[in-house]
Amino acid sequence: MKEIDRIPLPPADARKTNMVCHFCIVGCGYHVYKWPFGKEGGRAPHQNALGKDFRTQQAPLSGAMTPAMVNVVEEGGKKYNVMIVPDRECVVNQGLTSTRGGQMASVMYNPDGPTRERLKYPRLFTGDDWVDVDWSQAMAVYAGVTKRLLDTFGPDAIMFNVFDHGGAGGGFENTWGTGKLMFSAIRTQMVRIHNRPAYNSECHATRDMGIGELNNSYEDSELADTIMFIGANAYETQTNFFLAHALPNLTGDTLEKKRKWFKGESVDKGRFILVDPRRSLTAAICEMNGGDRVLHLRINPGTDTALFNGLLTYVVDKGWHDKAFIAKHTTGFEKTIKANRMSLKECSKITGVPVADLKKAAEWAYKPKKSGHRPRTAHLYEKGIIWGNDNYRIQSALVDLVLATHNVGRRGTGVCRLGGHQEGYARPPYPGKRPIYIDQEIIKGNGRMLTVWACNAFQSTLNAQEYRQTLYRRANIVRDALAQVRGGSTEDMVGAIFDAVTNRGGLFITTIDLYPTKFAQASHLMLPAAHPGEMNLTSMNGERRMRLSEKFMDPPGEAKPDCLIAAEIANTLKAMYEKEGNKEMAKRFSGFDWKTEEDAFNDGFRKPKGIDSQGGPTGHLVTYERLRKLGNNGVQLPVKEYKDGKLIGTEMIYTDYKFSTKDGKAHFQPAPWTGLPEMVESQRKKYRFWINNGRTNHIWQTAYHDQRLDFRRHRYPMAPIEINPEDAKELGIESGDVVEVYNDFGSTFAMAYLEPDQRRGQTFMLFGYFNGNVGDVVTSWTDRNYVPYYKGTWANIRKVSSMKDYKEKVSFKRRRYV
Amino acid sequence: MSRVSRRSFLKLGGAGVAAGAASLAPAAALARGQARNPGATTLPYPRKTVGKARSLPENQAVSFNYPDELSPCAVIRMGYPVPGGVGPHGDIVAYSTLCAHMGCPLSYDPKSRDFKCPCHFSVFDSEKKGQMVTGQATENLPRIRLEYDKKTDTVTAVGVDGLIYGRQANIL
Repeated sequence: MKEIDRIPLPPADARKTNMVCHFCIVGCGYHVYKWPFGKEGGRAPHQNALGKDFRTQQAPLSGAMTPAMVNVVEEGGKKYNVMIVPDRECVVNQGLTSTRGGQMASVMYNPDGPTRERLKYPRLFTGDDWVDVDWSQAMAVYAGVTKRLLDTFGPDAIMFNVFDHGGAGGGFENTWGTGKLMFSAIRTQMVRIHNRPAYNSECHATRDMGIGELNNSYEDSELADTIMFIGANAYETQTNFFLAHALPNLTGDTLEKKRKWFKGESVDKGRFILVDPRRSLTAAICEMNGGDRVLHLRINPGTDTALFNGLLTYVVDKGWHDKAFIAKHTTGFEKTIKANRMSLKECSKITGVPVADLKKAAEWAYKPKKSGHRPRTAHLYEKGIIWGNDNYRIQSALVDLVLATHNVGRRGTGVCRLGGHQEGYARPPYPGKRPIYIDQEIIKGNGRMLTVWACNAFQSTLNAQEYRQTLYRRANIVRDALAQVRGGSTEDMVGAIFDAVTNRGGLFITTIDLYPTKFAQASHLMLPAAHPGEMNLTSMNGERRMRLSEKFMDPPGEAKPDCLIAAEIANTLKAMYEKEGNKEMAKRFSGFDWKTEEDAFNDGFRKPKGIDSQGGPTGHLVTYERLRKLGNNGVQLPVKEYKDGKLIGTEMIYTDYKFSTKDGKAHFQPAPWTGLPEMVESQRKKYRFWINNGRTNHIWQTAYHDQRLDFRRHRYPMAPIEINPEDAKELGIESGDVVEVYNDFGSTFAMAYLEPDQRRGQTFMLFGYFNGNVGDVVTSWTDRNYVPYYKGTWANIRKVSSMKDYKEKVSFKRRRYV
Repeated sequence: MSRVSRRSFLKLGGAGVAAGAASLAPAAALARGQARNPGATTLPYPRKTVGKARSLPENQAVSFNYPDELSPCAVIRMGYPVPGGVGPHGDIVAYSTLCAHMGCPLSYDPKSRDFKCPCHFSVFDSEKKGQMVTGQATENLPRIRLEYDKKTDTVTAVGVDGLIYGRQANIL
C-alpha cells in the first residue's frame, strides 16, 4: 500500500483554536486549524496559517506537521480539514509532541477513517442482536429499569463503573455530571472507579498525612538537586514532562536557572535516583545522558516500603533530618521512626540493593550540600508504588521519609505522583462510609443494574477472568429474558429485565462509551459519548494546570458529552416521578437543566460549596471566557485571585506549611515492613515468573483508539511480554511466539518479546490490552482501601503457538535506546 | 553518518531557525514542483541511481539524497532478505534519515541494525520496513522505493512511501 506523501496545508485564514492533549496527565498544548474541505493553503509563508515556507525543507525541531496531524471532520453537516499541531508557546510541552498526542487528529471521528466504528446512536440488545434506537427509546428502557429498581430495592441495586478524571472521557464537566447523577440523585454507594474495584483514592495515605499528591510544578523538576523517580517510567508515560523538564536537569541545561533561583547555594547538574526492579526505557535514557549522575536501585519486587524505611533510619541516625521543621509543622515523628526502624543491612537483604548504593542514594538525596543547605529532592512516583505491595503502607513510608527531610513546600522539592490521565474531579461527596469492593459484590451475585461509563474493566481490572465470566453469565440471563419479549412494548422489556435481575440473578448492563468496547460484548444497551474536540472540556494536568480544550467539531451522529447524557437520564427520571406525583423523588432528579457542557461546569466547578472539587473554594473565579484568554498555559489550581483581567494560580502547594489536615500539620504515619501479602506470596512460591506489568508509550489506556490504527496495531498485534532470553530458551520460546501466562487466578495470552535487560525469572507485560489481558492473572488481593496490587503477579509461562505473521511483521528489536 | 548530540539539536529549537544547508532551496527543486502535472495522482518522483548492488557494503549505511539534495537518505545492504528488500538477494533497503518525529538526523546502528534518534530517542527497525520500535513519532520511517535492474546490477530510487519530515509534500 502506498503511504501518504503529502498533506493539505491550512490556508492563512484557517480557524485556530486551543486543544489540550488528553492522552496522558501532562496535557501538552496544541493548536487546531480548521478550514473548509476542498480548500488548501499555499506553500509560501503568507499563504498558510503555519507561516512556514514549505517551498523548502524545514529544519529539525521546527514544528512541521506529520500525516497523523491531519484529518477530515464534520461540523453542522459540512466537511472540514483539520490539522492539530503542538503549541510552541505552551510552557508544558514547548512545541514537543509525544507519539500519543501527535496523533490526536487521527483519532477524531471520520466516517471514512479508522474511527468509523464510533457509536453514533444508542444501541439496544434485543435478545440476539444489536439495533439502533433513538435517545427517547434508550432512556425509556434505562430510566425505566432504574426507577423500578430504585423504588423496589433502593439505590444499592444500582451500580456504576465510572471514570473520575480529566482528559478523554472526563473533565470537570463530565465528572460533575456523572457524580451529581450517581451521588445526589440516585444516591448509590455501589460505585467503582475506572481502574480499581472500589470508590477510593490511589493516594489515600499521602492525603491522610496532609499532603495532596500534586503539590509541585513541572518547573521544580528543572530545579531539583536530585530527583527520585519511584516506580515511574516517565519517558513512556509522562513523555514531555520528562523530555522538556526533567531530562534537561540531568544534562545540566537548567543549571543557569538554578543559579538564578538559589543564590548562595551550591548547585550542580541534577542527579537521578531510579527506584524500579526493571531497567525501563527511562532508566536506559537516563543512564545514557547522565552517566554516573544516575543511580538505579533495582529493588526486589514489592520491597519499596523496606527501602524507604532503611533510608529513613539511616538519615535520622546521621542527623540529616530537619528537626526544626519536624517540631514545628508535623506530628507523630517519634512513634513513626520507632515503627519503621530498619538497619541498612536488613534493608539491603530485603531489597537486594547493596549497602553502598543505599548510602549513596541517602547522600545524594538528603546529605546537606557543600554550602550547608539542605538538598532539594523531588520524590516522583507512579504505578510502581500505586499498584504496588500495599499502596497505603508504601505511600506512608515514602511520605515519612519526605517529611523527615523537609522535601515538600520548597521549590525544587515535592512528593508527587506523576499520574496517568489528567485530573478533573468535582463531585458531591461519595455517599458511602467506606469504599466497597464492587467487583466482589458482582461476583457474589449482588447488584441488579450496572452502568459502565467511559471505562472497560474487562481489560483493566484485577482478577479479571472470574469477573468477566461472572458478568457474562449474569448478562446472559437478561439477554435470554429480552429474547422472550421481542415484539412486546417498552414496558414489557423493562418488566422482563426487572424480572431477570430480581428473580434469576441477572445483571442489566449499559455501556456508555465512544466505541462498542469489549465490555459491551456483555451489555444490553450502549449509549454514544463524545470526547475532547467534540465538546468544550476543562481538566488539570500533573502540576494542576487547568485549561479549556475547545470544541471544534460535532460528535458523530447523536453522540453527546457525558454530562449531557447524565442530564438526559436525570431529566427522564424526573419526568417519570413528576408524572406519578412523587415530588420528593422528582426533586432529587432536578437541577440537570443543562443545555451545554458549560452549564454543567458552572453548576459544579463554579459552585464548590458542599462538594469535593479540585478547584477548591476559589473555583467560582474560573469561567470559560477567562480560561479561553489564558490559552494552553491556563492557570494552576487553586486560583489565588482574579486580578487585572487575569486568573492568578498556585505554582507550589504547602509553601506556607499549612498542610491539608484539621490541625494544619503534616502527620507522620507508622509503616513497618511486613513482607508480601499471603495471597501474593502463595503465587510467588508456586510459580516461576514475576509478571510485572504496565504501559508502553505506543498505547494509551485500553487501546480504545489505538487498536484501530495500523501504526499501533501492527506494532503490537497482541500484548507483548518481555522475557529474559535464557529463560525463553529453556522454555523453547522465541520472539513472536504466542505464550500462555497462567496461575491459580486464570490464564492469558501474550506475544513473547525477548529482552536481555529482563532479569531471570522476571517479565514485563503490557497492561490493559485488547488482545491478551494481564488482569486475568492478577490476584484479587487489595490494600485496606481496595487498591489492587497489579504488579504483584506471579505465573508460569508456556509456548502456545508460533505466529509467522508476527515474526515477519513485528519488530523485536530492543526498545531500550542503549 | 555523523552523530549529532542531543543538546546541540535542542538548541535549534527556536522557531525559524534552519539547519545549515537545509535552509537553501535550489531553484531546480522549486521548478520541479511548479511543473507538476495537474492531472497526476502521484508526485513526480525523479529516478535516481543509488549504486551497484554488489558494491554496496554489507550492513553499512551509505548516504545519498533523494528525491532532492535537501533530503538525506541511507541505503543498506543487509546481507539477507528482508521485507521490502530489493537486489539479487532481496536485501537492499533505503530510508529517509530525518526522524519521522521532529526531523533530527538519525544514525544507523550496525550492531542492532536500527536507526536511532539522538533528540527524543526514537528507534526505527531497518529490517521491518522502518517500523518504530519505540519513540515519539506517529509514523514509521519513510521508505525510499527502490528498483533493481539485473542487467546492470543498478539500484535506483523511484519514490518515497511516507512523508519526509519538514515537508508538505515529498517533492518540493
